[in-house]
Amino acid sequence: MRITQGTFSYLPDLTDDEIAMQVQYALDHGWALSVEFTDDPHPRNHYWHMWGLPMFDLHDAAGVVYEVNECRQAYPLYYIRVNAYDASPTRQTTALSFIVNRPPDEPGFRLERQEHVDRRLRYTLHPYAADRPAGDRYPPTMPER
Amino acid sequence: MTSDNTMERWGAGVIPYAEMGYWQPDYQPKDTDLLAAFRITPQAGVPPEEAGAAVAGESSTATWTVVWTDRLTAYDRYQGKCFRVDPVPGKNGEYIAYVAYDIDLFEEGSIANLTSSIIGNVFGFKALKALRLEDMRIPPHYTKTFQGPAHGTVMEREYLNKYGRPLLGATVKPKLGLSARNYGRVVYEALRGGLDFTKDDENINSQPFMRWRDRFLFCMEAVNRAQAETAEIKGHYMNVTSATMEDMYERAEFARDLGSVIVMIDLTIGYTAIQSMAKWARRNGMLLHLHRAGHSTYTRQKSHGVSFRVIAKWMRLAGVDHIHAGTVVGKLEGDPNSVAGFYDTLRLDQVPADPVKGLYFDQDWISMPGVMPVASGGIHAGQMHQLLHYLGEDVVLQFGGGTIGHPMGIAAGATANRVALEAMIKARNEGRDYLAEGEDILRAAARRSRELDVALATWGDVTFTYESTDTPDVVETPTSV
Repeated sequence: MRITQGTFSYLPDLTDDEIAMQVQYALDHGWALSVEFTDDPHPRNHYWHMWGLPMFDLHDAAGVVYEVNECRQAYPLYYIRVNAYDASPTRQTTALSFIVNRPPDEPGFRLERQEHVDRRLRYTLHPYAADRPAGDRYPPTMPER
Repeated sequence: MTSDNTMERWGAGVIPYAEMGYWQPDYQPKDTDLLAAFRITPQAGVPPEEAGAAVAGESSTATWTVVWTDRLTAYDRYQGKCFRVDPVPGKNGEYIAYVAYDIDLFEEGSIANLTSSIIGNVFGFKALKALRLEDMRIPPHYTKTFQGPAHGTVMEREYLNKYGRPLLGATVKPKLGLSARNYGRVVYEALRGGLDFTKDDENINSQPFMRWRDRFLFCMEAVNRAQAETAEIKGHYMNVTSATMEDMYERAEFARDLGSVIVMIDLTIGYTAIQSMAKWARRNGMLLHLHRAGHSTYTRQKSHGVSFRVIAKWMRLAGVDHIHAGTVVGKLEGDPNSVAGFYDTLRLDQVPADPVKGLYFDQDWISMPGVMPVASGGIHAGQMHQLLHYLGEDVVLQFGGGTIGHPMGIAAGATANRVALEAMIKARNEGRDYLAEGEDILRAAARRSRELDVALATWGDVTFTYESTDTPDVVETPTSV
């Protein structure tokens, strides 16, 4: 499967030039960029690891793309995303967030159903990758399943 | 000593409203006053100032004759004061009357009380041929007595983990007749294909062909399956509209217990029920979607009723997270400027008066969270550039027929919409003139998406170009897109 979190997951993966254009759009709005990575793609995993602090004082798109590539080099098998943060009053939240790196194989999720009274079910979403220990979840080629 | 003036004012009988203190052209509204702009059409022979004064009187303290018991009160405080009457340009016999109301007239945090005053008796008043409440200024002192949106746009996005683009939805069709199991199929296909939300229609409650409980169970299976296939948070607006509050709470609690992120109500349940559900929604961490069922009975005609911009304002106070507010380009009424005024009212913190958008007053929301407007009704992927241009980013775009009617199936219809949306956002952010180049951008995206290609071939040239009824006065010619 292909996880479709982020603003552009239904499009082909963005090239570095395309990433730079999105970053420039954010910089033009005064939003701070940050890079985050994870090996737990659960949709409610809000706290991906931070690749350093948000780049509040960086105003150069190439600098952000450089950090993306540094992060890719360190964590080639992880999900990596670029976030743009809008600190303006009454917003103060993420304004744009898109995935810029994925593991080569995305095994997807198991949906667990727990039968409950009067036909109710309790659902739990379980990433297959989370069966392996953190840091070892996406080997370059996943075993056959 | 009793002066002649006092005798004239307080003598038994009927005297004009204007002479009873309801017409005060020198009045300077206080910061704490509620202000209203009414479009009045007086009967022949009724001077506009008297008509404006009558509206001020009948929506506040007055009755048709002089009552001595007024003198037991500080009546000049409680009197609504009409302080300005302007003729409407190009409309013979229509005037905009501005009325100020003291904040003491209204119970804190009660839309029911506010509306019982402002639109209570006065709309049937015989001295007027027609009356329309165009806009209101709610002062911060009164705004602060309301809860406001259960979550608001910022919290909704953080809750759903979705940023930087409009959200996508679809209403399940056909709206009536599907069994619960078939209904859930539509939800599953639409969500797995790429939509964020699906929606019950306003008249899907609990009918013989599908009872609410069964619908909720099958829809949550669909929602969870789609989440597992996309790793995104998905929702189905469970319509809990029903006959009594007890029924609504029961249904909403069931939806909550099943893990739904959102429930839905119709405007027809009434203001008090809406406020109750808004409090319930905040207490229970559930988004609250409002379908404006019935509003066109009183919002559409320009001379009589209540403008939707006022309803939008009341609903932000009442505390919903979503409200249908027009599409501009779809099948339902919606002049572009008026719709922009509704969207500003719902989303901005400081809304400046703007006659082009039909906004009569500055409105300061003092950081009350915004409501997510919902655009629904006759829109499709081929209009994505126009939708983004007119409606912006904090909006739910709902493509019912434009998803479910896709020749390759519902999931393909959903994918087409999502690809079109992401392509348009990407192009906008890259600095392209996406409104002018919209069709090119969509065609380019369609070369890599068969779903979108087929959608454009099916609906690409469908438009609804009819003149709008409800338009701001400063635009001489009604506009359409």
